[in-house]
Amino acid sequence: MSHAHESNVKRIWMVFGILSLITIVEVGFGIYKPDALHLTNFLGTSPLNWLFIILTLAKAYGITWTFMHMEGEKKWFRRAVVWTAVFLICYLVALLLIEGGYLYETLSPLVKW
Amino acid sequence: MEANIAIPSDGKNTWDGGGVRPFGASYGKMMMWFFILSDALTFSGFLAAYGLTRFKFIDSWPIADEVFTHVPFIHGEFPMYYVAFMTFVLIFSSVTMVLAVDAGHKMQKNKVAWYMFATIIGGLIFVGSQAWEWNTFINGTYGAVKTTDGKILQFARDGKQIALSDFVVGDRMDDRVQHTRKNGLWWNKADETLPQYSVAQVLASYKADPSVQIRSEEINMDEKQKFILTREKGLAELSKAKMVVEGANLKVNEYGNTIFADFFFFITGFHGFHVFSGIVINIIIFFNVILGTYEKRGHYEMVEKVGLYWHFVDLVWVFVFTFFYLV
Repeated sequence: MSHAHESNVKRIWMVFGILSLITIVEVGFGIYKPDALHLTNFLGTSPLNWLFIILTLAKAYGITWTFMHMEGEKKWFRRAVVWTAVFLICYLVALLLIEGGYLYETLSPLVKW
Repeated sequence: MEANIAIPSDGKNTWDGGGVRPFGASYGKMMMWFFILSDALTFSGFLAAYGLTRFKFIDSWPIADEVFTHVPFIHGEFPMYYVAFMTFVLIFSSVTMVLAVDAGHKMQKNKVAWYMFATIIGGLIFVGSQAWEWNTFINGTYGAVKTTDGKILQFARDGKQIALSDFVVGDRMDDRVQHTRKNGLWWNKADETLPQYSVAQVLASYKADPSVQIRSEEINMDEKQKFILTREKGLAELSKAKMVVEGANLKVNEYGNTIFADFFFFITGFHGFHVFSGIVINIIIFFNVILGTYEKRGHYEMVEKVGLYWHFVDLVWVFVFTFFYLV
């Protein structure tokens, strides 16, 4: 409530446009799956998957910063929330994915197709 | 108690922290943010567990755009279109929510009410779509066979997956009929649903029709497609068949790994429950707006707080959409 009270309507619609555009791009790539991006490997997964993840994070940023008005909060309040989430999630995801890869290496030789 | 607190909080404004605003945010808003943080960690725990399991079965995981291919009222295969529509609905309801908050800042009661109303409608469309997705997933599309060593065998013709009903002919050969209370022991519960076809029937039809191929769960990593077995290899696999699987539930899944279905139900279910509770909270706030509660209070911060929750639900969906349907 302490933030400036000027209307943000125009900005809201612009962010909506950007988020929609990102979704359309994602779905387009998801349907056509160009071989050059889909069947190649880059840092452990396909470039297509990296594209999806980056676009997802862009959408998450748009929603949190504009719609949830994180940009208007005090710097250290913002950091208390965002940094906690980002660091803990990165840590958890890294551990679990490494462990999942290990399980695959250990168990898949035992599966006869 | 009063000796222990710096600022007395026993006035009318007990619930907003007595005017204390650390970091310029009211207690209500701050606590909503920290609740969202903890909820985000919960969801990321689920999604990370999904990631672990997927990495564990990386060579046999179901390919999402072969699983979710349906659009209501339209026949044929349209991967992704419907979830994309659902994503739009949710993002749009986020927009109407943020417009409600914006109108609240300007104390425009009617506008807030109408935007809240639109948000509620958007939420209802989304949960309805989710229910439809579940229904489609549970009923299944093609049907498959599960072997004694736990593999799912699907069927194909010319490399394209076909349904059991596309090639299975003849009698069941096992004389089984669906048990009902009417014609069986009345104290027994009705049996689990009997699949439309029997294993023997599927095997005989496979032998009779040389155009039918078996589609394995295993992924050809070079093409990111499921392997299609030769007729002989297919017969060898099919002779290990244990049961006919139609649709998906927590025990079997015609699309592949059972745990894929388990995660689907669990994660989209947990998210759907969040949407549902968000709608309920939005309805309560909507009526408060109409009754003029916030007009009397002098500010619409409550709309902003439920708005935060609603945006969070949208935020989670963005990730679920990526990791379940795209990646």
